[in-house]
Amino acid sequence: MSILVNKDTKVITQGITGAHGLFHTVAALEYGTEVVAGVTPGKAGTDVQGVPVFDTVAAAVKATGANASVIYVPPPFAADAIMEAVDAELPLVVCITEGIPVLDMVKVKHYMKGRKTRLIGPNCPGIITPGECKIGIMPGYIHKPGPVGVISRSGTLTYEGVWQLTSRGVGQSTCIGLGGDPVNGTSFVDALALFEEDPATEAVLLMGEIGGSAEEEAARFIRDHMSKPVAAFIAGMTAPSGKRMGHAGAIISGGRGTAAEKIAVLEECGVKVARSPADMAAVLLSVYKS
Amino acid sequence: MNIHEYQAKEVLRGFGVPVPRGEICCHPAAAREAARNLGPGPYVVKAQIHAGGRGKGGGVKVVKTLDEVKKAAAAMLGMQLVTHQTGPAGKKVRRVYVEEGCRIARELYVGMLLDRALSRVTLMASPEGGVDIEEVAATAPEKIFREVIDPGVGLGAFQARRLALRLGLEKKQLGPAAAFFQNLYRAFVDKDCSLVEINPLVVTEEGALLALDAKLNFDDNALFRHPDIRALRDFDEEDDNEIDASEYDLSYISLDGNIGCMVNGAGLAMATMDIIQLSGGAPANFLDVGGGASREKVTAAFKIILKDPKVKGILVNIFGGIMKCDIIAQGIIDAVHEVRLGLPLVVRLEGTNVNKGKELLQESGLNIIAAAGMTDAAEKIVAAVAAERNEA
Repeated sequence: MSILVNKDTKVITQGITGAHGLFHTVAALEYGTEVVAGVTPGKAGTDVQGVPVFDTVAAAVKATGANASVIYVPPPFAADAIMEAVDAELPLVVCITEGIPVLDMVKVKHYMKGRKTRLIGPNCPGIITPGECKIGIMPGYIHKPGPVGVISRSGTLTYEGVWQLTSRGVGQSTCIGLGGDPVNGTSFVDALALFEEDPATEAVLLMGEIGGSAEEEAARFIRDHMSKPVAAFIAGMTAPSGKRMGHAGAIISGGRGTAAEKIAVLEECGVKVARSPADMAAVLLSVYKS
Repeated sequence: MNIHEYQAKEVLRGFGVPVPRGEICCHPAAAREAARNLGPGPYVVKAQIHAGGRGKGGGVKVVKTLDEVKKAAAAMLGMQLVTHQTGPAGKKVRRVYVEEGCRIARELYVGMLLDRALSRVTLMASPEGGVDIEEVAATAPEKIFREVIDPGVGLGAFQARRLALRLGLEKKQLGPAAAFFQNLYRAFVDKDCSLVEINPLVVTEEGALLALDAKLNFDDNALFRHPDIRALRDFDEEDDNEIDASEYDLSYISLDGNIGCMVNGAGLAMATMDIIQLSGGAPANFLDVGGGASREKVTAAFKIILKDPKVKGILVNIFGGIMKCDIIAQGIIDAVHEVRLGLPLVVRLEGTNVNKGKELLQESGLNIIAAAGMTDAAEKIVAAVAAERNEA
């Protein structure tokens, strides 16, 4: 078991003929992900590594029965690509693209209201259910099937956390990168709710960072609704105020969104927080195995 | 991206937002001439730097005569203006904005920004204008009014009127105030702003509304579709190293410590800074080399880190995923040769082809300290920097 993706997930790649789309489609196929189609407007009738290419998402879905999409479309066109996938009623859309204008995402969120699609990202590494389905840019081999759900706003920091778990022989049910942008599709709370419902997930590792209040909302959700143990790490204890730390959403503004504030709220809500990024797996195991 | 007040007012003027007349000047004589063109006084002379709190630091002067304008401009131009936002070194004043004065009856606050939790743009206003809004938020939050804007329909006239009424504006000002707020929202959306702040929005004794100060920030990710806004970037206001880094598509922020860091990924880069501090050191910078850390990028990153004279050692922390560790190791070796690195260097590699990467570093004959994990890496660089200091 897992959340959102598994061995039956049929994926289409939007932007499959671009450098990133092509590279990561090949990697996904090698991992065993069922990539059934690609979409690049104007390239219908061609194929990429045996994967048929269509002009529109709707045509690709109709021909293949795909139920998820991953987007590698460049930033100026990515919001439109998300809306096309939402319009085609795909249950899951994962947007990897970094650098989408914030107001484009505000429109996307508005467009998605009342529709059935779940969006992960943008500006994220993607989602993986180890051994079954990899959608995104994460290295597959660092993961291992198992009981821990992983959620993060970051890319390589997620890999760090996952690798710490795998190195200790602890596998993962599903790992989700929510993305580093201020406006995104799936929040910590959304993912926590799914992990709470998933019988295969026994504990959750949450990696947050400075900016916004998603970690505080997660903390209150964990206190009120989670029966499974959760451990956390918040990056950016040393980040200065008013500076954007790489991610568009990683900024302390008006004194709000600091790591100290987030850690305090998490701990008040009974979540154990690793002070050092080297201790993420150790702290998770301290609450999970005990 | 930030711009100056005079540029922000010019942008807003284009959207029909009322702003005082004014002229930008680089010399005291030009300031006097600008004031003469504006007509009879009073005048306001305002230092143009990218920081708030200019008034308290002597960067804003209200004067009556043309000679006083010249004198105020002469005092400001070239000065290091220190405010609570500039740091102790202050910022050099290169231009002053000379504006017509007005008679102020009321000072209000208006701001517009993204509400991240709602994923919508929010208009905020307060009758407590001219002071730090964060102070108002802390001491009198009931005096801040909000209107959340539906991206499909924009700021409704009814919302704009509701806000005007809450601010206690008079009947005859409701129409102009509603237009003011709606025009502000048009500017926000059309130019992809991330923040608009009018503090204060004044009501003059004649009953007119006027944006007396204006601050606009823009979404960096949207600058590709705004060449006019890109042209307003003032490189004098930015950190030299941060400008160099942006040319190589590296994400770099300078900090106060002495340990330079180079990391792939923003989250891991922040975590690396944190673990340096936990180990008793202090990071000199945030630097994300990105996913595809090529030799060119790694070399550029080293050069940028080394331009900071505070740096006494470097920690490289790479989690190779798609990017293979052996390729990154080769990039580090080449870069160390090219920049003739003389400072302690600790490298922590993890991920794809990690053993090949470590072998390459070991066989290079370079004085590179290998680390086994993040804690080991942080402790080793802190110790190496301390040892250097003791020798010196």
